[in-house]
Amino acid sequence: METPGSAKWITNTRLQSDMGLPNYLLPGLLLLSLSCTSLFVGVIDLRPIDLLQSSQAWELLFDSRGPRLLAILIAGSSLAICGSIMQMLTRNRFVEPTTVGTGQGAALGVLLATLLIPAAPLWLRMCLASFCAFATSIGFLALIRRLPPTEPILVPLVGLTYGGVIGAAVTFVAYQGDLLQYIEIWTNGEFSGVLRGRYELLWLAAIAASLTYLAADQFSILGLGETTTISLGLSVRQVMLFGIATVSMVTALVVVVVGAIPFVGLVVPNIVSRLYGDNLRNTLPVTALLGASLVLASDMIGRLARSPYEIPVGTIMGVIGAVVFLWLLHKPTHYGA
Amino acid sequence: MAPRLWVLASVLAAFGALFMLYDARADWSFLLPHRGTKLLALILVGSAIATATLLFQTITQNRILTPSIMGFDALYILLLTSIVFFLGSQTYFAFGPVAQFTVTLVVLTGSSLLLFGGILGRSAGNLIEMVLTGVILATLFRGLTSFMARLIDPNDYLVLQSVSFAQFNRIDTDLLFIAAVLSIITMARAWQIRHRLDVLALGRVPSINLGEDPKHGQLEVLALISVLVSVSTALVGPIAFLGLLVVNATYLLLPVLQHAVLLPGAALVASIVLVSGQFAMERVFAFSTPLLTVIDFLGGLVFLWLILRGVMR
Repeated sequence: METPGSAKWITNTRLQSDMGLPNYLLPGLLLLSLSCTSLFVGVIDLRPIDLLQSSQAWELLFDSRGPRLLAILIAGSSLAICGSIMQMLTRNRFVEPTTVGTGQGAALGVLLATLLIPAAPLWLRMCLASFCAFATSIGFLALIRRLPPTEPILVPLVGLTYGGVIGAAVTFVAYQGDLLQYIEIWTNGEFSGVLRGRYELLWLAAIAASLTYLAADQFSILGLGETTTISLGLSVRQVMLFGIATVSMVTALVVVVVGAIPFVGLVVPNIVSRLYGDNLRNTLPVTALLGASLVLASDMIGRLARSPYEIPVGTIMGVIGAVVFLWLLHKPTHYGA
Repeated sequence: MAPRLWVLASVLAAFGALFMLYDARADWSFLLPHRGTKLLALILVGSAIATATLLFQTITQNRILTPSIMGFDALYILLLTSIVFFLGSQTYFAFGPVAQFTVTLVVLTGSSLLLFGGILGRSAGNLIEMVLTGVILATLFRGLTSFMARLIDPNDYLVLQSVSFAQFNRIDTDLLFIAAVLSIITMARAWQIRHRLDVLALGRVPSINLGEDPKHGQLEVLALISVLVSVSTALVGPIAFLGLLVVNATYLLLPVLQHAVLLPGAALVASIVLVSGQFAMERVFAFSTPLLTVIDFLGGLVFLWLILRGVMR
């Protein structure tokens, strides 16, 4: 496994320290073409030519297809960025919000808010969800600090179990509060409910995820290890807290608005790191582009597989993510590379 | 250890009696089949899961892995969904319950031998990698299942719904009979080979030295496990951490290595946990939450603790 800080990692980082525009071109074009196609995929037949002929076509675009596309782009890119940051913070390739309990924590928070303060306005639910996501992430970090660094795959195992325990707590509370049908909404992300006026909270996630770019260098340094971070004059605690707070907030927003989408933060950063290295200042934009593309492609598969019905994007990402995870776990390792 | 087994048996008998008699206000012609079926199902499922888990830990020589953590029951549900998906529920129903069960059982045994036999061989020696592979495989199976479930006709899907969610409150009586026969035969076989299990638990090299072919033994035991997992999953759906919880409790209560004690012990402990737990959840606390959610929660904590204890020592 190629951990940040290994020889190959450093070479990659140095070679690609001045990554230019061409590297963004391909992912950008991919996302652009996917986005345009996605506008014309759906239950109501819409062809590009209709836009010239009827005003209803524009209405459809503005009220449904457009907002859905935006929601997907924001959720996909910000979740991928979250995965990237978490992998730097934990120095582990298998970590992302849904494998360490952050997503389950967010669901627990919004569930408690719904149960305890039924009249809670959206922002209050949001805050509670973010807070619980933050608390569970901190709990996870505290848990894995005690694990031996020689066993990197122990981290996701502990994380998945930890997430499972919180998930069981969520189910228990939901059963008692008769809120079981909501659980499906929060735990299995789908975009079919996204309309104009129903997704705008996600813009906050977009802002939060963009803000991480300001600290991209700091996250990259943290990926070199705590000792290096301290010798370079950075406060480990500060960078950690900033990273975890952002990740928790983004995860909570996505869970509340569209529901959890598993493994985006696992799949994309691993691919990006193989292709472009680990200097986040260069790779975060690519990560965002590819994250959006992946979620958009999954959503389009979901729309087309059994049209006019839809398969939730969370289900499709679950399958894709599990396959990639197994590959990461069992791929042949190259020594001395 | 025999006295302890008798104690466990009497505890089970006491809880069983309580389960049947507590607050018995209705007519016995109603109560007996109603509560009787449930009690029988609880004991059957408990014994099946405990035996399967114990056998699995014996052939893998560790105390963390269980069939359901490795994704056996997720695989069962995936196979059942694929059968309905590819053949349609009409054809599936035309089989009749016995044939249905036999077909799924044969397919499950075959694929689990291929899949888990492969993993056990490949990742042998790296426990964490094996567990993580199992956990992710289970995620993959569940994902594929829900993907296919979305593509299936809603009427067909009803067939699958009862096995996809763990539930003790609607037990199919026809199925209970088949399940009872099958699991009694399987557990009898496990009992018959109890001394060979003692040898297998020692590991590969000691087994060979003692004249027991470990490959052959592992395959036979994997087949037994497949039957037991199918039986319990068909009856009540997937139960993630029950096996882990009860088998580890059994090791604590009965600190011996002989399967002659462990096999009945684990079955008794599991039955006690299920009968008393169901009684408490239903009658005492009047919780609407199924018992299995609570078991999942506690079992998850125990699993976490077992992993952490194992590596931090």
